[in-house]
Amino acid sequence: MTAWSLAQIALALGMLLLAAVPLGRYMARVYEGQPTVLGRLLGPLERLVYRAGGIDPTRESDWKGYTLAMLAFHLVGFAAVYLLQRLQGLLPLNPDGLGAVEPTSAFDTAVSFMTNTNWQGYGGETTMSHLTQMLGLTVQNFASAAAGMAILVALIRGLTRRTSHEIGNFWVDLVRSAVYVLLPLSIVLALVLVSQGTVQTFRGHATATLLEATRGADGTPIAEQRIAVGPAASQIAIKQLGTNGGGFFNANASHPFENPTPLSNLLQTTAILLIAAALCLTFGHMVRDRRQGWALLAAMLVVLVPAILVATSIEQRGNPVLATLGVDQAPTNLQPGGNMEGKEQRFGIASSTLWASFTTAASNGSVNSMHDSFTPLGGLVPLVLIQLGEVIFGGVGSGLYGMLVFVVIAVFAAGLMVGRTPEYLGKKIGPFEMKMAALAILAMPVAVLVGTAVAVVVSAGQAGILNPGPHGFSEVLYAFSSAGNNNGSAFAGLGANTPFYNLALGVAMLIGRFLVAVPVLALAGSLAGKKLAAASAGTLPTHTPMFVGWLVAVVIIVGGLTFFPALALGPIVEHLMFR
Amino acid sequence: MNQTVEAPVHPTTLVEFEGPALGQARPPGKGGSRGAPLADAALLREAAWDAFRKLDPRHMARNPVMFVVEVGAILSCVLLVQALAGHGEAPAFFILAISLGLWFTALFGNFAEAVAEGRGKAQANALRSSRRQLSAKYLNEPRRGSAGDLVPASSLHAGDAFLAEAGDVIAADGEVIEGIASVDESVITGESAPVIRESGGDRSSVTGGTRVLSDWLVIRVTAEPGQSFLDRMIALVEGARRQKTPNEIALDILLASLSIIFLVVTATLLPFSVFAQRAAGAGSPLPLTVLLALLVCLLPTTIGALLSAIGIAGMDRLIRANVVATSGRAVEAAGDVDVLLLDKTGTITLGNRQATAFHAAAGVREEELAVTAQLASLADETPEGRSIVVLAKERFGIRGRNMRALGATLVPFTAQTRMSGLDIDGRRIRKGAVDAVEEWVRDQGGSLPDDVRTWAERVAREGATPLVVAEGKRVLGVVRLKDVVKGGIRSRFAELRRMGIRTVMITGDNPLTAAAIAAEAGVDDFLAEATPEAKLRLIREHQAAGRLVAMTGDGTNDAPALAQADVAVAMNSGTQAAKEAGNMVDLDSNPTKLLEIVEIGKQLLMTRGSLTTFSIANDVAKYFAIIPAMFVGTFPALAALNVMHLATPASAVLSAVIFNALVIVALIPLALKGVKYRPVGAAVLLRRNLLVYGVGGVLLPFPGIKLIDLALVALGLV
Repeated sequence: MTAWSLAQIALALGMLLLAAVPLGRYMARVYEGQPTVLGRLLGPLERLVYRAGGIDPTRESDWKGYTLAMLAFHLVGFAAVYLLQRLQGLLPLNPDGLGAVEPTSAFDTAVSFMTNTNWQGYGGETTMSHLTQMLGLTVQNFASAAAGMAILVALIRGLTRRTSHEIGNFWVDLVRSAVYVLLPLSIVLALVLVSQGTVQTFRGHATATLLEATRGADGTPIAEQRIAVGPAASQIAIKQLGTNGGGFFNANASHPFENPTPLSNLLQTTAILLIAAALCLTFGHMVRDRRQGWALLAAMLVVLVPAILVATSIEQRGNPVLATLGVDQAPTNLQPGGNMEGKEQRFGIASSTLWASFTTAASNGSVNSMHDSFTPLGGLVPLVLIQLGEVIFGGVGSGLYGMLVFVVIAVFAAGLMVGRTPEYLGKKIGPFEMKMAALAILAMPVAVLVGTAVAVVVSAGQAGILNPGPHGFSEVLYAFSSAGNNNGSAFAGLGANTPFYNLALGVAMLIGRFLVAVPVLALAGSLAGKKLAAASAGTLPTHTPMFVGWLVAVVIIVGGLTFFPALALGPIVEHLMFR
Repeated sequence: MNQTVEAPVHPTTLVEFEGPALGQARPPGKGGSRGAPLADAALLREAAWDAFRKLDPRHMARNPVMFVVEVGAILSCVLLVQALAGHGEAPAFFILAISLGLWFTALFGNFAEAVAEGRGKAQANALRSSRRQLSAKYLNEPRRGSAGDLVPASSLHAGDAFLAEAGDVIAADGEVIEGIASVDESVITGESAPVIRESGGDRSSVTGGTRVLSDWLVIRVTAEPGQSFLDRMIALVEGARRQKTPNEIALDILLASLSIIFLVVTATLLPFSVFAQRAAGAGSPLPLTVLLALLVCLLPTTIGALLSAIGIAGMDRLIRANVVATSGRAVEAAGDVDVLLLDKTGTITLGNRQATAFHAAAGVREEELAVTAQLASLADETPEGRSIVVLAKERFGIRGRNMRALGATLVPFTAQTRMSGLDIDGRRIRKGAVDAVEEWVRDQGGSLPDDVRTWAERVAREGATPLVVAEGKRVLGVVRLKDVVKGGIRSRFAELRRMGIRTVMITGDNPLTAAAIAAEAGVDDFLAEATPEAKLRLIREHQAAGRLVAMTGDGTNDAPALAQADVAVAMNSGTQAAKEAGNMVDLDSNPTKLLEIVEIGKQLLMTRGSLTTFSIANDVAKYFAIIPAMFVGTFPALAALNVMHLATPASAVLSAVIFNALVIVALIPLALKGVKYRPVGAAVLLRRNLLVYGVGGVLLPFPGIKLIDLALVALGLV
């Protein structure tokens, strides 16, 4: 690993933490309804939405009401995106005249954007009209992120309220997340990206005559190139901030129109984790004990930082097979060195592995390099980060509520070990809490493992596997891990835009989102109804390095025990055979 | 038979009961048994048989983890039969070995439970024999001499009245409404000295199964059949129909969900392996036997097997401490306690206060005060009174005199006068509390001198009790009665503080005295001049602040507070009302027992948590044993994961299974004894237990499995 790599990593992490502190405080004020800097500016917009939607912002509901509102909201979002895709041929803002999207692909995409997964089985510029991209996908980018944040806020209320029936108003939490947090941040980031050269236009593709005509795979002569453009910057800003990751272009953030410069790359990298990191601190503010927020952020960093360093050093070491052929893979002033297959020359190793780690730690899924071309262990890092359940930062809101589910499990075992009925922040963890936490933990492994198992035995699944042996297995495992954890990043190398994968991955995404979100809301409701137990020297402290270490151990052990056999048959054996 | 029950009637003519004489019933674990060996040979033999009997699927189904193990074991037998028939998926010997491993895993779990139950069973049998076919002299009206029948005890309902006379075994729990008698309660308490039970007051409760030694009692039944104290105790020591506590249910849920994950992991490994073999073009299909082995190794069998033993053993430890809890929930709540309310007298101080000094009023000689005080105390048979006599003798050589010879009239202490003393030769001598004596003197036209008042306040401030001595309207001075704080209690409270438990001393003393004793004993807080209402208020305040409160009590006026407290230990010597209100009864009637109960509660939870962590941590090593063994045929490169260098794939799988079974047996003593508890803060406890059971749990199986592998190779079994 070069010093320059370390500097880039340190810069990105430093910027992240620096920005997270004020943002965390700001979001706490937003959710607690306290006056904020932007309140006067955006307050009218918030109230307008309530008036338009007939929402009484003072009325709160219990967890069941909250859940129903959340599900209804997503159902409408799903229907809208599905219909937009199917009907886009008849609708305006379709300069390239793209036709209806195939039904299973449309289903897959609608589920994918509703669940904040943003798995893309399609190529954006050749499939989706501008209208679909803007009204369907970009809106869902906001909606799914805001919904995740709302669910988190409901859970925090569950932890802080005593003997309360209500856990908040879903619509208020949703609107506040979108209006006060996602919208202003997206506007600023989009403008900065435009300044860097990210495209933002309603025009159809540009056409350029090739200097040297060529022939397509089928032998037809090709004399001109279509250069796809569109309203990209506005979608890319929210896709990073909202941990969505669905690219405007098929090549995602490695496309120069999405991510033109090193600065745009750095900003987008940071934006991926910004809100997820800040929410940890928001949590600390809202539970009136900032140490608790820092402890959770620390636990996430304890996993993320080594992951970045491992991936970077492995990719920088290069491909052992090429090394035996005498290929120079050492970094010099003229070349980045290391394993550059599937990576952009303009980004090099560290920016690629940093992005890969961030995007899989968060349930973002956007890529600026192809993870499929990483060395086996280099590719193992993003895969493991996904399989840990997207709780190391994870999706905005969803990552932290997933982590809090792990906290419940960790607190339970640790609480027993200190001889007390387990409690977290003064709330006793009883059978109901454990049931909901267990359900939330259980859903993802079942979806991923069963999905992968089905895919590798049925012929429809095998048909999509383009690489032989363990690598082909890794690709399927990665796809289901990505879908089941609502990440959306693709290992590539898997022909996934088939009815089988569209449907199977769609189901995995639904399980991964809602079989976690609903139990979490039930957990919130049950916790809100409890008394607050006083803390004493006999109470398990949950802000100490020891607890952080224990929490990390629980996350890794649960993830490791679940996926070790599968990983052994994929990246691990591939690595061992590679030597 | 319908007759008037006349008393006295010779007991044997009316009341017959079967079973061994009660006096011979083994008292439950009285004294010293906590240090006794965990089990004797006979118990272990019995438990070994029980382990087989418990293989009944209906029993196994209560424990999901072990039920899966049993299903796996049965399945392995089917595979074995198939192999013996010549169509085996693996060598018959290998399947047999794995099958035995699985069966022993299930059996060892049952064995642990049986051993734990066995320890309680002996006690239960003794108790049950005392209950068998009791009869009662039913009274139509609740008074002696009323008409009635001889009825079986089981037909007695709450509210019924019956007569118990010398030699009778009391047929049901109840409250004495008439009479006074000495009762042998050894069957319950293990204490052979008889106790007095009488109507009214704080000694009115009787327990079914105890025996009247002298005189007679009319008793009103307070417990429905099957819900008596004895029934509860039997159910408790047997561990039968044990209600799972919320903590146990939550842990069960966690274990079940982990089991489901491991089930999915194992089940999906079959299609994965099929795909891998086809892709690699090497290896043979994964035998089901190996998958079963992997599943059983991954399941949290260690904690699953020991869970019920831990619960039963915890109850057993409580019984051995001579405490009966109404539910397991109460025991666990004891581990959560934040605040202990402790009665000063008997818990913090020795029951008797001792006179240590005479402070004479101005113009009175100290000797005169001593002589008068001694006279006033001659009628006083309390320890305090005697200590005044002793002090007077020590200081001034004043000998005790025979009051009757002096022709004195004794004036005993009453709750109204709050004074005692005697009248002799026209002298009226009294001693009592400051305000009581002041009032008495004032009534005669006298007054309390200022220096006496000053002395009294000073004595009180120093944590002692002032007794004022007066003769007629003349006040002679103050006798200092000092509370003696129990030895070692201060360090006990310091321990509690480190555990995060606050101690509050409850006393009827005035605030000055209370503060001084509180300081000397090292409690965190005190409630002076406590009334039942003040106690109840204090408990509610603590609970409103989110704290769990524990207290002890014996009197009927303690009942509301006992009912309100989260952990309420009633003294067995106390009233029925107190016992009903509490959720535990201390048979020794020792208020300090609360501290032990807290430790037992904590130990119970700690043992569960630590073994759960250990059980899951173990899985890491098992993966490194089994995964390479499973796939080395398909991908030879995976041999690199065989970090333990186990001899062959077969020996690797077998070693892991054997380790998994043996670790259960190895941990039975720990499950029964409980994880060692130290009175330190939560942070220190967590560090220690994480290190021992977490890190230890990850590391231990590596050498363990390796050793078993070496042994298997040495024995030529693989």
